[in-house]
Amino acid sequence: MKHKVTRAAGTGFTHLVLGGYTLLALFPILLVIINSVKSKDGIFDSPLSLPTAETWSLVGFEKVLAKSPFIHFFGNSLTVTLVSLVLILVLGAMAAWALSEYRFRGSKLLAIYMAFGIMVPIRLGTVSILELVVKLELTNTLTALILVYVAQGLPLAIMILGEFIQQVPKELKEAARCDGVGEFKIFFQIILPLIRPAVATVAVFTMVPIWNDLWFPLILAPGEETQTVTLGVQQFIGQYVTDWNAVLASLSLAVLPVLVMYVFASRQLIRGITAGAVK
Amino acid sequence: MSQVALKNLTKSYDGKNNVLSGINLDIQDGEFVVLVGPSGCGKSTLLRMLSGLESISGGDLEIDHARVNELPPAERGIAMVFQSYALYPHMNVYKNMAFGLKIAGAKKDEIDRRIRHAAGILKIDHLLERLPRELSGGQRQRVAIGRAIVREPKLFLFDEPLSNLDAALRVQTRLEIAKLHKDLAATIVYVTHDQVEAMTLGDKIVVMHDGHIQQAGSPLELYQQPANLFVATFIGSPKMNLIDGIVTEASATGVAVKVAGDQIVRTEVDGSGIAVGDKVSVGIRSEHLWEGDAGSERFHGKVNLVEHLGEANYLYLTLENGQDVVVRGDGERAVHIGDTIALSAPAAAFHVFNRDGLALRRLKPGNMVAARHRVTA
Repeated sequence: MKHKVTRAAGTGFTHLVLGGYTLLALFPILLVIINSVKSKDGIFDSPLSLPTAETWSLVGFEKVLAKSPFIHFFGNSLTVTLVSLVLILVLGAMAAWALSEYRFRGSKLLAIYMAFGIMVPIRLGTVSILELVVKLELTNTLTALILVYVAQGLPLAIMILGEFIQQVPKELKEAARCDGVGEFKIFFQIILPLIRPAVATVAVFTMVPIWNDLWFPLILAPGEETQTVTLGVQQFIGQYVTDWNAVLASLSLAVLPVLVMYVFASRQLIRGITAGAVK
Repeated sequence: MSQVALKNLTKSYDGKNNVLSGINLDIQDGEFVVLVGPSGCGKSTLLRMLSGLESISGGDLEIDHARVNELPPAERGIAMVFQSYALYPHMNVYKNMAFGLKIAGAKKDEIDRRIRHAAGILKIDHLLERLPRELSGGQRQRVAIGRAIVREPKLFLFDEPLSNLDAALRVQTRLEIAKLHKDLAATIVYVTHDQVEAMTLGDKIVVMHDGHIQQAGSPLELYQQPANLFVATFIGSPKMNLIDGIVTEASATGVAVKVAGDQIVRTEVDGSGIAVGDKVSVGIRSEHLWEGDAGSERFHGKVNLVEHLGEANYLYLTLENGQDVVVRGDGERAVHIGDTIALSAPAAAFHVFNRDGLALRRLKPGNMVAARHRVTA
């Protein structure tokens, strides 16, 4: 009986902690969304209250969607993020497979080199990256951003996927080789389906920083044509006047794709994070 | 089906130390060859060299008189069954079996025909839609075998396929594999560390130790005429009793050996290659040491331990001369720890091994039980 009580208390406490953290994490997002549908006066009079009939206003969204090239920025962000993501996942998984499966001259060195990429933040190399991009005449192109993001995402992707690939039993690959399956087919039809949870995990972890990044778009592609959402939002933030309606509305919109992505990947994601933890 | 020849195969990982050397073996069409030996003897490595998963460092491997050393696994016409089954976890049974064929470009109805046929043989028709994780160990094993069958290979390779099954299932699956071999008339190379599996399944048993073939032959040959001490003690359970001694008489018709306690043991082996005074080991199997005095060579021993198997007792004795031996006794006879009992063995039942551990040829191997009946009748 007593045992039951302590266990219930334990579960309650766990949920309290988790619930508290959830509130903490969701509060700013909630605040942004609530205020994005309020009028300017509503925002400043009581930023914490829900929109009422009086303060309800979609002026921010109107401004963002109709009077600025927001949709265009959105498209840029989407292009950069998705292309980078696909490249990181495909190249990263293939590199991870090669590094863990084949022993070749310098394979160890290459793995260490990749691990270095995790330890050293890519922003430290901003100056040289900028020089490089200028020399390649890629300034103000999405290509420049994609290249940088692929370089930024690859090390961690290789590291995580490599761990998972190593867990795939050796016999499976050997059975496939006996079946006459080529190395590419082994990778795409045997290995990749088996590490899907890991791929989903890496996808989410990689996508969020790319989507949210302000640094490289600001430096490499600040032109009107190639601005991303995070950069586009800045035009509503001025030194003297900030259009809070527009800022909040565009931020609310910017959250959407990540949210959608997370919903799709979450089942796989949870499996990926907890893989090996149970069993 | 096909013929396989291994000619002086060697394997080395660093180019200096051979893990396998001087492997010569002929495998006939339709033969069931069992590679057996303790762990680390190189039997699995040899199998993987046959399959092409492991490179060959020296020598030639021929399948149907064609050298296949450099061919990848798929082009050698082999199919392998792994110890862990190695079923593709994300494909159902049907797809597991179809995968290799699909890659090879077989037609859909041909694939289907082969799978239905193999599933029928293995009685897994009702499992075709299931995923591997929904199958029991025995069923997975069948699917793994089925995946090999559908490829209609020249050569089946089995890598300890029964070691993940429980004891009862192992015996049952063993019988099924034997039956499968008959039905398919397949050439099979089978790796195991279990000498019972080897004896029951193999047409030919290849005993390996330290990267060398110790002896290759039929199960009875290995049992009755082991070539050296290693084979003698590895094949047969319980292990053959060994007694050290010194030769006192040696001729082509027999060897007499003085063992501890100054007892002279007469053996019927060809002693032409040995001289008086040589150190030798005398071997006798537990079932050839009889309770009573029916045999010509007699001993007395004190019982230390009795294992009851039902049909037989294993008696662990210490002989008068201090030597420990195991005797397979009558299971219905009451023997107690501490009893002293009389033992005997016929001279023909002994094995003699010279100082290098090589066996002298036995003159009358086999027929020990008949000999006993003749004497006791």
